[in-house]
Amino acid sequence: MLRKLLIGTALASGLAFAAHAEDVKEVQMLHWWTSGGEAAALNVLKEDLSKEGYAWKDVPVAGGGGDAAMTALKAMVAAGNYPTASQMLGYTVLDYAAAGVMGDLTETAKKEGWDKSVPVALQKFSVYDGKWVAAPVNVHSVNWLWINKAVMDKIGGTEPKTFDDFVALLDKAKAAGVIPLALGGQNWQEATMFDSVVLSTGGPEFYKKAMNDLDEESLKSDTMKKSFDNLAKLVTYVDPNFSGRDWNLATAMVIKGDALVQVMGDWAKGEFNAAKKAPGTDFLCYRFPGTDGSVVYNSDMFGMFNVPDDRKAAQVALATATLSKSFQSAFNVVKGSVPARTDVPDTDFDACGKKGMADLKAANEGGTLFGSLAQGYGAPPAVANAYKDVISKFVHGQIKTSDEAVTELVKAIDDAK
Amino acid sequence: MSTVAETSMTLTPEHDTRPSASVRSRLQDALPKIVLAPSFAATVVFVYGFILWTIYLSFTNSKTFPSYAITGPRAYQRLWRWTFESDPPSSWYTSITNMGIFGFLYIFICLALGLFLAILLDQKIRGEGVLRPIYLYPMALSFIVTGVAWKWFLDPGLGLEQTLHQWGWTSFHFDWIKNKDFVIYTVVIAGVWQASGFIMAMFLAGLRGIDGEIMKAAQIDGATTFQLYRRIVIPLLRPVFLSAFIVLAHLAIKSYDLVVALTSGGPGGSAWLPSNFMYEYTFKRNEMAVGSASAVIMLMTITAIIVPYLYSELREKPR
Repeated sequence: MLRKLLIGTALASGLAFAAHAEDVKEVQMLHWWTSGGEAAALNVLKEDLSKEGYAWKDVPVAGGGGDAAMTALKAMVAAGNYPTASQMLGYTVLDYAAAGVMGDLTETAKKEGWDKSVPVALQKFSVYDGKWVAAPVNVHSVNWLWINKAVMDKIGGTEPKTFDDFVALLDKAKAAGVIPLALGGQNWQEATMFDSVVLSTGGPEFYKKAMNDLDEESLKSDTMKKSFDNLAKLVTYVDPNFSGRDWNLATAMVIKGDALVQVMGDWAKGEFNAAKKAPGTDFLCYRFPGTDGSVVYNSDMFGMFNVPDDRKAAQVALATATLSKSFQSAFNVVKGSVPARTDVPDTDFDACGKKGMADLKAANEGGTLFGSLAQGYGAPPAVANAYKDVISKFVHGQIKTSDEAVTELVKAIDDAK
Repeated sequence: MSTVAETSMTLTPEHDTRPSASVRSRLQDALPKIVLAPSFAATVVFVYGFILWTIYLSFTNSKTFPSYAITGPRAYQRLWRWTFESDPPSSWYTSITNMGIFGFLYIFICLALGLFLAILLDQKIRGEGVLRPIYLYPMALSFIVTGVAWKWFLDPGLGLEQTLHQWGWTSFHFDWIKNKDFVIYTVVIAGVWQASGFIMAMFLAGLRGIDGEIMKAAQIDGATTFQLYRRIVIPLLRPVFLSAFIVLAHLAIKSYDLVVALTSGGPGGSAWLPSNFMYEYTFKRNEMAVGSASAVIMLMTITAIIVPYLYSELREKPR
């Protein structure tokens, strides 16, 4: 209730300032890329725009972080005071589009050929009702293993190709006295790992049916039970202290060699880069065993709002610059993700980035590019969070068996639909 | 009475200033109202107005954005159903049972500890001026700071357990913060640590306000120290108990940030309080109707506890 009051206050103050004059040559941007590599990466965009004569103005967000930014955005939109664009994730774009507050970039999209260069699966979130409403900035994929090479050499491990290989590798690490699996016991990290486990256990077809189409038969199938068994197996390889750990601390365990491997999205590479570790020599990136050829993605988008006509030119400039090949390359090299269009040259990327780009292209062409349910690209937030609840309760023992887990999963998803 | 009226009647015509005096006196009469009006309006709109708005939303089908068509009490039906889902526990069940455990222990321990510390400090000891701020200082910290500090201290790999292991006590084991069944008690520990010093200060002020003559009289009558406190001092502190209870109760109910900073929700969401539930559902899960309904239930629960208590306390005062 308190929060609601705060929103109310924000609403009212937003109303009061809604009618201020606009500078046409300005891009108002709501985002939460304020620190380290992300901020540096965004600076490239700022410079590109300033070359074209557009000033950049950050919309301030108290407290930082995505949740605070989304709360601020809600208040701004309710007050009719749209930013030029906002960093947005997944279904949020579609929610705002359904509320009729997003702009229309279809003309620009046609001119720039976005339909052909942006992966089809991604367009589900950037195109609403036939209109382009958002410009995707990057594609992250979550089905990666991040392995410390020194530890791998010490235990004499090789790239695991199947789930059983993976378990054997983890056993080797355990025997050598290293923590086999670095995991942060927060619900989104557990669920992100489970995304990969499901894809590995059931294959691409099954993943799509269960995790994107939310098909009830698949959700309560034996394959899903097997996936939960596999998850339970993996959890036996974490250290007893994993609960509540932040993802970057888990990555640090791998960087330092305390742990062998982390299952995490490719943003983990940013941590390796920041620690001056090189792919191939210091760390290894493999697809989660049994998921090679498929990509489970999430993506950052710049949602474009329905701004007044005198601000539209700036918006088009922003969108064009965002999806320009030069920015896509420069930004994603720093961020650790891969470009949101498949025709960007991979020359500047490291080995993991090159593999990521090739995988994305192949998955896009082969129809094996799927939204991550844990990251909110498989289903709307209500369902995605219900899913995370169940996974987390299973990992931490509130839900005891795989049978119970699938029953709960079906129930929770039904409830949230 | 009549003379006064007559005097004023006879007096007023002689003064030319009648209109301005009347404006001024009227202004003076109205001044308190004028001064109070903005804060009154703000309170009415931003507290009571939004309470009504929240109640209204809880009967709609609001998801990401408020929708204004009333669709019935579905949100309440879902909450009611979740209230009884204990195995595996639904998030709502966890939230309300945690609220019960946390609310009771937090208020009770803070009151007991605060009173105990205040009585000890009241024994005319040397160095009180140094000790008092030491106990009071945690209250100056925000919940976030308290939460993060205790998170590190209680983390088995970083804090207390690790340190004792390094000192040689290797069998020591304290992993409540990682344990789904005990994590809520770590929230109690951190909360009590923060608030009990403040409650101590409240009791200390109350103790200092007690007339020394009463104490002396009791001592002359041969009362033991225990009897003195049990029969005289503590009953006299009743108004302080009321204030302390209200301060603690509202701190307990809004402990959202402590849970987030200390446990990030706990293993499998086992440390949630209703405020966490409300925020999660309204802003992260885009189920604004459910979030609003949980807020309304929180409000009703608080009302059901606080109002009878206030009523009985404030009514019995003149006795």
